[in-house]
Formats: sequence, C-alpha cells, structure tokens
Amino acid sequence: MELSQLTIDSVRSSIQERTTTALALAEAHYARIQKEDGEIGAYLTLCKERALEQADRIDRMAAEGKPLPPLAGVPVAIKDVMSTCGVRTTAGSKSLAHYIPPYDCTAVAHMEAAGAVVLGKTNCDEFAMGSSNENSAFKSVRNPRDLSRVPGGSSGGSAAAVAAEMAVVALGSDTGGSIRQPASFCGVVGLMPTYGRVSRYGLIAFASSLDHIGPLTRTVKDAAIVLRTIAGRDPMDSTSADVPVPDYVAELKKPIRGLKLGIAKEYFGDGLDDEVRQSAESAIDKLKSLGCELVPLSLPHTPYAIPTYYLIATAEASSNLARYDGVRYSYRAPGVKSLSEMYRRSRDEGFGAEVKRRIMLGTYALSAGYYDAYYLKAQKVRTLLTRDFEEAFRKVDAIVTPTSPTAAFRLGEKSNDPLAMYLADIYTVTADLAGIPGISIPCGETKEKLPIGLQILGKHFDEATILRVANAFEQAA
Amino acid sequence: MKITEKDVTYVADLANLELSADERARMVRDLNSILGYIDRLNELDTSNVEPMAQVSDRYGVDESRRGSERFAYATREDISEGLRKSLPQEVALENAPDADGTFFRVPKVIER
Repeated sequence: MELSQLTIDSVRSSIQERTTTALALAEAHYARIQKEDGEIGAYLTLCKERALEQADRIDRMAAEGKPLPPLAGVPVAIKDVMSTCGVRTTAGSKSLAHYIPPYDCTAVAHMEAAGAVVLGKTNCDEFAMGSSNENSAFKSVRNPRDLSRVPGGSSGGSAAAVAAEMAVVALGSDTGGSIRQPASFCGVVGLMPTYGRVSRYGLIAFASSLDHIGPLTRTVKDAAIVLRTIAGRDPMDSTSADVPVPDYVAELKKPIRGLKLGIAKEYFGDGLDDEVRQSAESAIDKLKSLGCELVPLSLPHTPYAIPTYYLIATAEASSNLARYDGVRYSYRAPGVKSLSEMYRRSRDEGFGAEVKRRIMLGTYALSAGYYDAYYLKAQKVRTLLTRDFEEAFRKVDAIVTPTSPTAAFRLGEKSNDPLAMYLADIYTVTADLAGIPGISIPCGETKEKLPIGLQILGKHFDEATILRVANAFEQAA
Repeated sequence: MKITEKDVTYVADLANLELSADERARMVRDLNSILGYIDRLNELDTSNVEPMAQVSDRYGVDESRRGSERFAYATREDISEGLRKSLPQEVALENAPDADGTFFRVPKVIER
C-alpha cells in the first residue's frame, strides 16, 4: 500500500471494493507514525481506540455492501486546537496539558459523520500563536522535507502529518496564515475558507474575528471534498454564515479559461526571496497559458496589514485568554495562598513566552488611554484593507500571490526576534483581516528542494473559484 | 522608548500576569520593538473611516434596521436544553484542578 498516493476517493473506493479495509489503513498509518514521528513530532496525542472503532464501523458497512459516506475510512489528523470529546486537547499549551473536552468541535463531528477516521491530534504553536511551530509547549515540529527546518505554523503538525504520509488529510486553523504558510513550507495544499463558512464551535479561541478552520491535503480535490463536509451554518456559532454551500467538487470541472486573475504588485516587492519570486512568476505564466487573463493591480494598504493584524489579533487574544484562571479546566500553580496569587502564578507558569507577549501587547492596546490610538486605529485600517480587496474584486475573479516570502527557514532562525517571525505572515494576514478565502498550493521547489507555495485569494464565499484555479494548475503541472 | 518597565508592570497587573524580572526586562524590549513597527499606522488618515470589528458586519448586517436589530442574522430564540444539553455537574467538574463534587474549590478569597 503506497500511503503517499492515497486520496479521499481512492481510500473510499478501495474500501468499498474490499481491496483494503479501513482498519488496515488506520493500522498502516499508525505504523508509519510509530516509525517516522519520533523525528518529526507532528502528533501530540493519538486516539487509537476511537480511530479503530470508527474504522470497524466503516468496514462493517462495506461488508454489508452499504454505500459508504464520502470520507469513509479516510485517516485524518486534527490540529490540537479543536475539541475532541474524551480525547486530550492541549492547544500546544501547558495550561491545557491535561484538558479533556466534554464535547466535539462541529468540524470534527462533521468529518466523523462523513466516515473519517481521526488518528490523533497534531502539534501546533501554543494557542495557534506562531509561524514556525517552535512555540509549542511540548516539542517543536520538524519539516519532513528537511529536518533542520521548521514546518511553518501554527498548523505545523497538521501540514507535516499530511506531507509525511502520517494522515491523508488534516484539519488546521488559520488566524494570520496558519493553514496556508505551513502548507507552503511542507509542500501540501492548504485552504482557508471565508470567515463564517465553517463553524468555529469547539475551536479553542485565539482571535475570534480572525479564526478559521480549514483543510490541509495532498490534492486540491481533497480540499474541496473536506470543505464540502465541514462548511455551513451551525446554530452553535452565531458568526457561521447562512450562505448556501455549493458542490465544490462539481465546481472544479468548470473551465478556467477567461477568468481574470489579479497580480498585486505589493506582493512582489522587497523582502521576497528570488527563488520564490521566480517560482510564483512561472506559475502565473502557466495560469496565463491555461487561458486566464492577468490583470496588474494594486492593494495599496498591504504594507499596513502586519501592524493591523498584531493589534487586532492580540487584543482579541488577551480577552479570550482571560478564561485561563486555574479554576475550571486549566493549569493551576501549586502551593498558592490567595485567589489573586492563584490567577497570576497559574497564568505565569501555564503560558509560554509568545503567549504572554501577545497578551501583554493586546492588553496594552485595549487599555485606557491607548484604545483609540491602537485598537480603534487598527479596526479602521482593517476597513481600508478590506476595501482594497472589494475594489480589486470588482475587476478580477481571483488574486494570485506567493504564499510566503521565503521557503521554510531553519529552527531557531527567527525564534529570538518576534518581529522577524511576524513578518513571515506578510502575504497571508491580509485575507484573514478581510475575511476572504485563500488557498496555498505547491508551485515548485528551491535549489535546496524546499517546497514553494502559490496563494490564490478569492471573493467572500467564492471558494469555488479559487479551488477551480488551483485544481487546473495542479492538473496541468 | 514608548514603554517603560513601570508600564509593563501595570499592564501585567491588568492581564493577571506576574512576570519575573527577566521576563519584564525582555517584555520592555520586545513591546518597544513591535510598537515601533506598529507606529507606521499613523501614516494613514483614518478620520473618516468606519472601524471594522467583524467580517460578518460586511455581509450579515441589515442596514435598513436600527440598533441591535441590525444584527438579527446572528440571533436566535433563547431555548433551554435546546441546541445542546447542559453538561451534568460531574462532567463539568471533571477537568477542574480542585473540586469537591459540587463546587470548584479555590483558595480563600476573603481574609479575616
């Protein structure tokens, strides 16, 4: 069984045709994890019992000749920021090292209802705060292509698991680029849907107006299938949108000839690595040769996206993380004598350096005397950034950019310079702020064989078009 | 320098963090570096720009309505035990660092 060749459809049909079983596939993946993950560090928790029970259910359906659900028997990895009932969920934080959720995240429940087999929970930066996965309280993840390099973050474990054949697909979350950037570093497909397209219920909150759940996969079609599975209104999340969900897989078949693709000059300026630039430009030429029309344009507020993002995301995070008080489910420091000492010491010991830095920045930006200058200012610039996109999308159907200014960097390279780390998200944070969907697909390699990602951004709720462009590119490669 | 050690101590207090002396010194340095970069937002004139708090403000809001009615898309009827059953007490207490079977237990709040 060649694990690298498996896709959602091939898994389902080989189980349906009884050439393999869901149980055998799950076991093969666990064997692979056993062999490879000591070095890579993609998983934090395996849930073998839950996986084998689900696999057995699928195998019994196949044995009875019943039609199988769309993700039947597909081994999936879930980023450890999504709650799984009865399975430890840490968000990569010491403060949740022993937390066992009493309910399932809606997206995970949808995956399992569609037949997916959840193998385990993947490593990530603490509370999804980071771009290299080095902020996990438990261990760093290494890039399967080059173990001296980071897999990207914060969904680094999910990207590495898919790239290293330790899962067929994975769920990740994206607040500033945390699905797309690791997808690009690990050479897989990563899709961030429109804000509100997928329920956030059961997702451990980082920044509520920016958090998105989405798939990491090896093919664009698999990303389309997963999105179809997890998308839609959820009464448990009031920000989930009541917008019809198209059949993304059927939409892939539509031609891309005649589509207008915007090329924004701000995404090709200073700081873009030469090899990444060349790779993105030749990918864009390829899309032109497939019949797309290229439209040069400007998104003038792009240089303000990182400062805007780091005010809004940290302000929301400082509020969301106030709940970690050591009372109900999070870490409590031992030997405390008063309630206020308990709060402080529990948070001091439970949170890592980056989380504390962001809580401090966010609290400062929201504090009396600074609210207008920082938080409110950032919300206004967010409007300007969103208008840039709305303006552009009056002229084009999608916008094509590099996903990240560089390929995967080395472990330790940026870990002592928070600002340098923040700039790794320079091409991805804009979509989170505007709430538009974006996908990263592999588009080449550096001389050192490191993957390079191409990002395609679309209109609100128009994942179908970016998936279609991505699929056409993938098929033509 | 925008932020002093005194500011860091004040903000840490608001955020219910203590921070060691080393952490405070590093925080002064890091926050000043980040805020120095953030200052570029002041290049933009935003005096006539509406703030954006939520993406859904841009597609969900009913502009013909007033006040909270504009956000009707996000509301639902208040029903008890409707969408999801409330957690049984023992389940709700299961993850608590300290509980007595009925309540979460914490250090004494009021000294006397």
